[in-house]
Amino acid sequence: MTKPSGHRIGVYVCHCGVNISSVVDVTEVAAQAAKEGDVVLAKDYKFMCSAPGQDLIRADIAEHKLDRVVVAACSPRMHDDTFRGACAKAGLNPYFSHMVNIREQDSWVTKDKALATQKAVALVRAAVRRVRRHEPLYSKEVDVQPGVLVIGGGIAGIQAALTIADGGQHVWLVEKEPTIGGHMARFDKTFPTLDCSACILTPKMNAVGSHPNITLLTSSEVKDVSGYVGNFRAVIETRARYVDHDVCNGCGLCMEKCPKKVPSEFDEGLIPRKAIYVPFPQAVPNKPVIDRDACIYFQNGKCKACEKICGPQAIRWDDQPKTTEIQVGSVVVATGFEMYRGPALAELGYGKYPEVYHALEFERLNNASGPTEGKIAMRDGRTPQSVAIVHCVGSRDKKYKPYCSRVCCMYSLKFAHLIQEKTGAEVWEFYIDVRSPGKAYEEFYDRIREEGAHLIRGKVGQVTDQALTDDERGKLIVVAEDTLAQQRLRVPVDMVILSPGLASAPKSLAVAQLLKCSTDKDGFLIEKHPKLAPIETATDGVFLAGCCQGPKDIPDTVAQAQGAASLALQFVGKGKVLIEGRTAWADDQLCSGCRICNSLCPYGAITFDEAKKISVVNEVLCKGCGTCAAACPSGAAQARHFKDDQIFTEIEGVLAP
Amino acid sequence: MGKLNVGVYWAASCGGCDVAILDIHEKVLKVKEACDFFLWPIAMDFKYADVEALPDKHLDLVLFNGAVRNSENKHLAELLRKKSKLLVAFGSCAHTGGIPALANFTTKQGIFERAYLTSDSTDNPQKVIPKTKVKVPEGELTIPEFFERVFALDQVVDVDYYVPGCPPNPERIWEVLAAVVTGAPLPPKGSVIGAGTKALCDTCERKRTGDKKITGFKRVATTDWDPEVCFLDQGLVCLGPCTRDGCGLQCVQHSNMPCRGCYGLPPDISDQGAKMIAALGSLIDAKDPEEIARIAGELPDQAGYYYRFSAAAGLLERRKA
Repeated sequence: MTKPSGHRIGVYVCHCGVNISSVVDVTEVAAQAAKEGDVVLAKDYKFMCSAPGQDLIRADIAEHKLDRVVVAACSPRMHDDTFRGACAKAGLNPYFSHMVNIREQDSWVTKDKALATQKAVALVRAAVRRVRRHEPLYSKEVDVQPGVLVIGGGIAGIQAALTIADGGQHVWLVEKEPTIGGHMARFDKTFPTLDCSACILTPKMNAVGSHPNITLLTSSEVKDVSGYVGNFRAVIETRARYVDHDVCNGCGLCMEKCPKKVPSEFDEGLIPRKAIYVPFPQAVPNKPVIDRDACIYFQNGKCKACEKICGPQAIRWDDQPKTTEIQVGSVVVATGFEMYRGPALAELGYGKYPEVYHALEFERLNNASGPTEGKIAMRDGRTPQSVAIVHCVGSRDKKYKPYCSRVCCMYSLKFAHLIQEKTGAEVWEFYIDVRSPGKAYEEFYDRIREEGAHLIRGKVGQVTDQALTDDERGKLIVVAEDTLAQQRLRVPVDMVILSPGLASAPKSLAVAQLLKCSTDKDGFLIEKHPKLAPIETATDGVFLAGCCQGPKDIPDTVAQAQGAASLALQFVGKGKVLIEGRTAWADDQLCSGCRICNSLCPYGAITFDEAKKISVVNEVLCKGCGTCAAACPSGAAQARHFKDDQIFTEIEGVLAP
Repeated sequence: MGKLNVGVYWAASCGGCDVAILDIHEKVLKVKEACDFFLWPIAMDFKYADVEALPDKHLDLVLFNGAVRNSENKHLAELLRKKSKLLVAFGSCAHTGGIPALANFTTKQGIFERAYLTSDSTDNPQKVIPKTKVKVPEGELTIPEFFERVFALDQVVDVDYYVPGCPPNPERIWEVLAAVVTGAPLPPKGSVIGAGTKALCDTCERKRTGDKKITGFKRVATTDWDPEVCFLDQGLVCLGPCTRDGCGLQCVQHSNMPCRGCYGLPPDISDQGAKMIAALGSLIDAKDPEEIARIAGELPDQAGYYYRFSAAAGLLERRKA
């Protein structure tokens, strides 16, 4: 029992059906709460979150002149807003309510009923003491800029950009490569429908290139993002292309004449490209760029073959990087993935044996516009008679990538089909488990089995050319354990395809840091909530699309991109955004300018005022995380609603006898 | 106004605070003109009985330095409270426990074992440990009782003002004395006087950046450092950010040494050591728990470092066993 402060506190204890009341004696909790100083009434009720439950609070505020409300129920993450709303409707500052979690933190985790009740009593007592010290807080409304920045021009970014642009907002689509299209542009067929990847992607790419609401910035990267929710300022740097795309007519003569060849990144180095090039024939924009590192002129000052042949005189040797600065209200991150290329590949002979390919090489090998025009052939031109496909290379492996990449089983099965269809070769698939959880995916798996591929459940231990028998001579031998038949296998094949998983793109990390988004241990961006906010991020107005958030297939990527687009449209379309009232501030009477907080703010909300020599919190940027308040050694930085005296009073309340 | 009746006392202290009063140099003559002393063990000969005989509130001002370690300290604290109008906790030990309060990280038993049995310089074959009372043929002998923990002065008696510092800056001492002598309006009871209202960094002129990252702790004994640049920016622990200003920057600027925290906690915080731990913990530039443990382990006795002068006053009480 503490000294009365003159407040009038109402306490409500929720049964949550029987979730709480089957373990916690809710009547007793209310009875004990009623004994605390300033508690005017304490009630228990079946469902506090229901309309009648909320009405109860509102009626009591009016009738009993309550000025503070404590609700002991479930997690505040679930219903804090509900009860704040109930208070606000009754004319009470919403931050005068406080929730106590006696479900997740008590009834669900405590078996002993007496102890659970005792714990609920202590938590409610702490809340009563805390809520007396609550101060009124107010949300602020700020304007949102029109326009959306989409970072990444793979299928995720393309789809997000088109949806947003069709929705009437202007889009700046930024892609680091000279063309949009991403990984999908490199595939020939897509699982499980086996429809042509280019046929379904290139119309979307062209739509991006010609959409009046889309400004496409290829060969470009986002270098800086500043500003705050709804008012982002982004600085985009476009590399020098040495070709004026406004003048170039895309005839392609320069590429024919260019004498310098370097391995084509787009074709995984299986064939060369020229120093002046477009990555692939359907590129958007379909105009070449000069690779400065490869170009003979840039190396020794001679050549200029491209310039000589160029009719419209589009070559610009003195081209410089360009900086574009834009203002947008929202950002969609679609920075994609990189195929895993770590040591697990070399362990299975990649790089040692020419006939060991990784999945992207095979995608190009099989692609109608690839190095062999879609003919599946070995390096000597022969058609393979037998092919092994190894699943989970580096995936589901604590040494490398512990997670499942979701697409590798399916693309491996697709390979089996294509190989059998095109070459009639015998195909062996080595898998840990076949994971086919998508629409028509299990059916596709069945189809491949029926087509005669050998599906072996077992991890491949070794790929070797050391023959033990005549059959094995001149072949690659895949050594594995068939865990179903419980026998060790040595399978001689002509070709081995390794199926690695999807790793986070290194550029994602830089983008995440610019946008103050968190990344998980594998480098993927973390969504706001794994179930209920899988597209949003902890930074308001920043949304995720595609594999930057985690491995996923094309349908899921497109779905998420459309989701991100609709959230961005909603966010920008509203024109206003509410800023959380629970923010931090730095008391200028206490701040000594030690600058400890300056680099800690994950939202870039703290700046140093050089004139006054103190740190200042921008409350529009602040998300109230409290990092600065915890770190501040002089007590100047404080988090509203989580001030030291509020927390200490709460702790004392929990510990009070 | 007439002369002030003044007492100065030392409890669990080193005597440095008394010397600091004398360090006001020739101004001490002005003090003598303005004050009559009734107790000042380091400088004048008085008996406790003389103080006990004074009427209550006879002393206008008592500067009490030293922490409360034993029953004698406590007795004098209570006595001087009764006999004074203004009781000032003078210096770090009276203010927040000071160096003696580092003993709160061990126990009374631990201290006695170390001091009387196990230290290298101990020669105590009969293993005699002091007792509060001992019977001898002539009767019973008593010495003050050694408490389980060290207290700051305000944990024992009501205190009017605090003057922090180990020792307090002589110029600040003079300002305080001058204020009382001239009858200037005094700040609200409970105020820290003779000190600033912000942390030390406010007046420290060493250059600092907003990008502090700790990848390892350096120590002054084994490091070279730039005399112009913030210690924390150079990986040296400086308690300036969580220490009240007012010392005159004697360490950080005049001696080129990091702040050790003697001016105590700034207003509005409740635990100087915890604040420093939270601040430094936030700055450690590592995510791997083992790496963090390695970095933290580079500075031995972290608790002693951050609570060097405030172990009695924070949220920590004492080691219980």
